[in-house]
Amino acid sequence: MSRTFIPKVVTANALLEGDAVWLTEADTWTRDIRDAELLTDEAHADLRLLEAQSRKAEIAGAYLVDAKQNSDGPAPTHFREEFRTRGPSNYPHGKQVELS
Amino acid sequence: MSVIVTDTGFAPEDFTCGFVALSDIAANDCDYGIDLASDTAPTALVGLTNAAMIRIDFPSFADGRGFTLAAMLRSAGYKGRLRAKGHVLADQYAMARRSGFDEVEIDGALAARQPAEQWKFRADWQNHNYQARLRG
Amino acid sequence: MYTYTDFDEAFVRERVAQFRGQVERRIDGSLTEDEFKPLRLMNGLYLQLHAYMLRVAVPYGTLNPTQMRKLADIADRWDKGYGHFTTRQNIQYNWPKLQDVPDMLEALADVGMHAIQTSGNTIRNVTADHFAGAAADEIEDPRAIAELLRQWSTDHPEFQFLPRKFKIAVTGAAHDRAVTKAHDIGLRMVRNDAGEAGFEVIVGGGLGRTPMVGKVLRNFLPKADLLPYCEAIVSVYNLLGRRDNKYKARIKITVHENGLEKIQELVEDRFATIRAGFSGHDQDLLAKIEAAFAPPAFVTKSIGGYEATRLANPAFRSWTDTNLAEHKANGYAIVSISIKKHGATPGDATSDQMRVMADLAETYGHGELRISHEQNVILPHVHKSDLAKVYAALRQVDLATANIGLASDIIACPGMDYCALATARSIPIAQEIATRFDELEIEHEIGQLKIKISGCINACGHHHVGHIGILGLDRAGVESYQITLGGDGTETTTIGERAGRGFSADEIVPAIERLVTGYLGLRRDADETFLQAYRRLGKQPFKSILYPAQDKANAA
Ligand code: SF4
Repeated sequence: MSRTFIPKVVTANALLEGDAVWLTEADTWTRDIRDAELLTDEAHADLRLLEAQSRKAEIAGAYLVDAKQNSDGPAPTHFREEFRTRGPSNYPHGKQVELS
Repeated sequence: MSVIVTDTGFAPEDFTCGFVALSDIAANDCDYGIDLASDTAPTALVGLTNAAMIRIDFPSFADGRGFTLAAMLRSAGYKGRLRAKGHVLADQYAMARRSGFDEVEIDGALAARQPAEQWKFRADWQNHNYQARLRG
Repeated sequence: MYTYTDFDEAFVRERVAQFRGQVERRIDGSLTEDEFKPLRLMNGLYLQLHAYMLRVAVPYGTLNPTQMRKLADIADRWDKGYGHFTTRQNIQYNWPKLQDVPDMLEALADVGMHAIQTSGNTIRNVTADHFAGAAADEIEDPRAIAELLRQWSTDHPEFQFLPRKFKIAVTGAAHDRAVTKAHDIGLRMVRNDAGEAGFEVIVGGGLGRTPMVGKVLRNFLPKADLLPYCEAIVSVYNLLGRRDNKYKARIKITVHENGLEKIQELVEDRFATIRAGFSGHDQDLLAKIEAAFAPPAFVTKSIGGYEATRLANPAFRSWTDTNLAEHKANGYAIVSISIKKHGATPGDATSDQMRVMADLAETYGHGELRISHEQNVILPHVHKSDLAKVYAALRQVDLATANIGLASDIIACPGMDYCALATARSIPIAQEIATRFDELEIEHEIGQLKIKISGCINACGHHHVGHIGILGLDRAGVESYQITLGGDGTETTTIGERAGRGFSADEIVPAIERLVTGYLGLRRDADETFLQAYRRLGKQPFKSILYPAQDKANAA
């Protein structure tokens, strides 16, 4: 019996700006997790991570993280990753204002 | 192919006697260089003062033990050639020289990624040296 | 105050040039992120949750007005108009862009500042008593020694790649405001039988995953031996400290595993060799540094107006009651400016606030400012006759909160609002607790209370030494907060005890309220502080207050 694979997204920090970015199907980096590629197959996810990690001039610290499919695209499942899509809670800074 | 880095840049290996591990030192017909691991105990440094060449391993640039081992060898009076070997970064060249190393040995891949200019940038390691200033 | 010599200036400029090159090489690919990371960390640059973070050293917490204004300018030009003062007397910028950082460092160099060794496995920014040079209970101003240590540790070739970070704190006073027993090396100035000033050397203290109170390595170290002795300690640690497990890599574990006697033996042995290499130049330099830290020219004038204003203005009186400390010079006071307005982020100051504080220091404070590890700003030398004007100016920019040492003067690390290592948020908890006590209007009645919050086990918020400590954790994907009680960061350093199970984000503020109002019912009289009551009564009554239902269940 194979355990079920929890869907993932590849995320990292942009090299120059330092903010959170996610890998899209088109091999670009997006600042909106809803545009990210949701990876539902483990082997494919591992491959996508390796590909992402090789793009050293664009990002730093790529990793795979759990995500779920919402009606408008992938969404984080853990509060840490949710904060990364938004920004800090003490000021209206970061993605919560930059994306809207 | 290993590259030897000094203040003047890159050069090929010129030490012809080869290296042996500390535990393999024996009566010999050549002044072998002695290889020291980064976890060499300070007590093992005793008696190496007359070696012709000592080469200290840096398994990772983050392993800074070699710098202290070098400083200890020098303060014990070692005057021979002292080499840092392994994963040493150009940015660590000044630290290596100030700790008492004469030179650094890196492999071809690292030399390709960090060319000679990046090392020569720190050939001025004697400048801006707080420690030298405090010790007089 | 010490100002950079040509040597310091040239050194820092050179370092900026090196870092500029390193940034370029990272961007062009000749450095990998793995290789760049320790280099950027050596220059104070982190990669956090939402952006890079630049940690700028405020050596031993001392700033002059020009430096403070420059910090404000940097905040405006390259960040979002504010900075965050930390528990290590540094300032952090939360939003720099990688390619701007060399310019920010260049701007710092213009005023004799840098971000060197504010991170990485190296000797970090040396911290000191924030009342240094002003405190009434001081043997000597410890900042000269701290500056000497700064110069010695800066770019030390042997110690840039230690097993783990290494923190040194120094105090010259009997009352320890520098948490010296929670540092890798703590230096407490003492006098020997002959009356000479020297140091009690404490080693192996630290908070984090395995909190430990430092142990005395040497009862009395003559001042002249300080650098070689510290070098011997760090040299022994560099070879002996564990590199196989980063949670066991700090010197506190090295001391614990090898025993204090063994460390003592090794250090004394190394010291004998290293001492010979110091020919006295360091002492010549120290003499010059000490001259630079000569006390300002204190003036004598009437303080009559001060007393009259105190009587006339209750808000001013309340502020003077909480935010002043005793100064060694007649007629002077040490002013603590609270960067803890109720509901605001602890330690955050806007660029406008920084400029006002700089102006006040220049006009009324002999040109000196300090950053405290409690994340407040200090004007160490203010004449009492100027206090009313200082207070009025602070009020204009929301800096006149009268809460120093009280329940809302909370230490909080950035937590998961910024920090990549965090397991939970700490800032919102601090904001809510402060707001709640303000609503209840009881914090003056409660009196001295230190609440300290960390967003993970690394304990940057010093929660172990808070009278009430709060540690944010991730429990199965939910933020959870664990309370410790009875901690103390002074000369009677004590690690707080865990109270029991953690609280959810919704429960934690009511729990703290319960605890503190409960203490009011337990204390002997209004003079018995929370910590004193805890020491007298032990954990049990406080635990019963925190976990009422559970207590009943146990009794049943
Ligand atoms: S205690 Fe943890 S969360 Fe807080 S600043 Fe330190 S590392 Fe970050």
